[in-house]
Amino acid sequence: MTSASELVPAIAQLKADELEAPPLTLRQLTWRRFRRHKMALIGVVILGLLFVYSFGGAFLVPESYANHTDTSLRLQAPSAAHPFGTDPVGRDILARTVYGGQISLLIGLTAMLVEVISGILIGAAAGYFGGWVDAVLMRFTEAIFVIPQLFLLIVMSKYFGGKIPNISVLGRTLSGSVIVVILIIGVTSWMYLARIVRAEFISLKEREFILAAKATGTPALQVIFGHILPNCMAPIIVSATLAVAGAILAESYISFLGLGVQPPTATWGNMLEAASSDFSRIENAPWFWAFPGLLIVLTVLSINFVGDGLRDALDPRSRAA
Amino acid sequence: MDRPLLLEVNDLKTRFRTAEGTIYAVNGISYELHEGETLAVVGESGCGKSVSVLSIMGLIPIPPGQIAGGSAVYRSRDLLKMAEPEMDKVRGKEIAMIFQDPMTSLNPVLTIGKQITESLEKHMAMDHDTAVRRTVELLEWVGLPDPARRLGDYPHQFSGGMRQRVMISMALACGPAILIADEPTTALDVTIQAQIVELVKRLRQEVGMAMIWITHDLGVVAGLADRVIVMYAGFLVEEADVDSLYEDPRHPYTLALLAALPRVDRRRHQRLKSIPGAPPNLLVEPHGCPFAPRCESVIDRCRTENPSLEPVAPHHRIACWVDVQTGEPR
Repeated sequence: MTSASELVPAIAQLKADELEAPPLTLRQLTWRRFRRHKMALIGVVILGLLFVYSFGGAFLVPESYANHTDTSLRLQAPSAAHPFGTDPVGRDILARTVYGGQISLLIGLTAMLVEVISGILIGAAAGYFGGWVDAVLMRFTEAIFVIPQLFLLIVMSKYFGGKIPNISVLGRTLSGSVIVVILIIGVTSWMYLARIVRAEFISLKEREFILAAKATGTPALQVIFGHILPNCMAPIIVSATLAVAGAILAESYISFLGLGVQPPTATWGNMLEAASSDFSRIENAPWFWAFPGLLIVLTVLSINFVGDGLRDALDPRSRAA
Repeated sequence: MDRPLLLEVNDLKTRFRTAEGTIYAVNGISYELHEGETLAVVGESGCGKSVSVLSIMGLIPIPPGQIAGGSAVYRSRDLLKMAEPEMDKVRGKEIAMIFQDPMTSLNPVLTIGKQITESLEKHMAMDHDTAVRRTVELLEWVGLPDPARRLGDYPHQFSGGMRQRVMISMALACGPAILIADEPTTALDVTIQAQIVELVKRLRQEVGMAMIWITHDLGVVAGLADRVIVMYAGFLVEEADVDSLYEDPRHPYTLALLAALPRVDRRRHQRLKSIPGAPPNLLVEPHGCPFAPRCESVIDRCRTENPSLEPVAPHHRIACWVDVQTGEPR
């Protein structure tokens, strides 16, 4: 044991700078809190692996192979040649989950962007300006809220489906239905976020530092996006992560109903749909639905855990460091 | 005052329409501010001190706020009639403001460097690197230790006094002609208060700006202001040079305020004098002198007619029907 008298000279020798620990920045503090959330960390790792699987896997299997049909190989059980088995037209399910993953993740991320941008714009305008702007925007939000999302998804995909030409991204040709699905999911899911952002804006705009920002001649737009918005990033980031999971699920719903992304472009959702179109296969060829289903479950679960972790880490009221 | 006129506020009226009725916050106040002059605005909480300057700055939320009348002419332009984009060029550049609580008036998620450079880039058309260099100079000027290293720090990493220094450097960044200080020392402890007051005095000397210093601390006023206006319930009740106000206060309210101050030359354990009653309900349209219900020298006329501000001596005006020295009507 070191006695107290031995410690005193040691402390006296410290320079001023060493006595005071460098203060943690906001980012360091957030990372510290996030690290303590074990499930969120596992979620991040699994998500990373899923991205490697979908985007890295594409370097190992060409897209033509994923769409290659060979009727002599119908509904083969998993084997060395086809680890995930084959579908009723002899396509390799492993290759299809790789390319389907690209689309599903792409839909998840871009639909989230559409959702977050519309949610922020509508919520910020309603919360900041108040008055009739708020009244009009919030009644509009409620109007969309009361219509079940699934119903909106079905009607809109029926209406817009097939009206957008194919496009090519990252060297892949995507059916126009991908864009339709992204937009539809985005515009049917921004309402929660708009309400959160509005509530944040209403309380933040009354804060003294916003008055101080205005007193230095900051124009309204800069006050909204430069001063208020950064203060509500925590709830926005959290709902954005959850929105990715929601969008991937929504894509599988509408694909499952046969209204989403059209084959041969694979997504995890429309692979499930194909598997369920004949009930006998659910029992006889479980590999057909199990792999895409498992990937959806893994993605959505890990994203939800990451969202949970971020919520705790970004909450300024949480004192845990 | 032979210094040139900088700001002339005339019959300013500010109201708030709320669910409970109209709040008469500022009821026709007029004053002048000359170049390089420091004007103190004193009065108790809720007497309209802050609202009156926020009205001039165009920072009253409308609705529920409403500028019901008057003008605020700054260098021959009426601030109250200015369009918002034009006003944005005045705020921060020509008229700057510092606030009461440095804990809440800095944005918690932006670094202090960003908060200061933003205003420099906007008002002074500086490029980013110049603005950063200027910010370091400013922070050094207001006495922040090691400014270059602290630009990337967030407000929560500073103490209250240091934050107020940051606020002051932000307000003075563009060399304003007028600095409005809204109770800048109220939230600080006494030793820090003294430091901040000394700092502001030094900076005022160096910049040569005019100041409007809002406070309810008459002790701070004595060492800082050239002229004082006393507000009560949204009215201006007395205006005087700082020396005349302390040596020869003429309005019963000012007398009562000064009597309520603790003094080192008075006997210890003596109770401080307080003003009986409470400030008037601002929801009721003012009628008669607002101070009449609490006034020791009240006469019948006070309850029916509100006196206007009249000169009683050179540079000394009061709004009262009574001569407090004799207790007789004037």
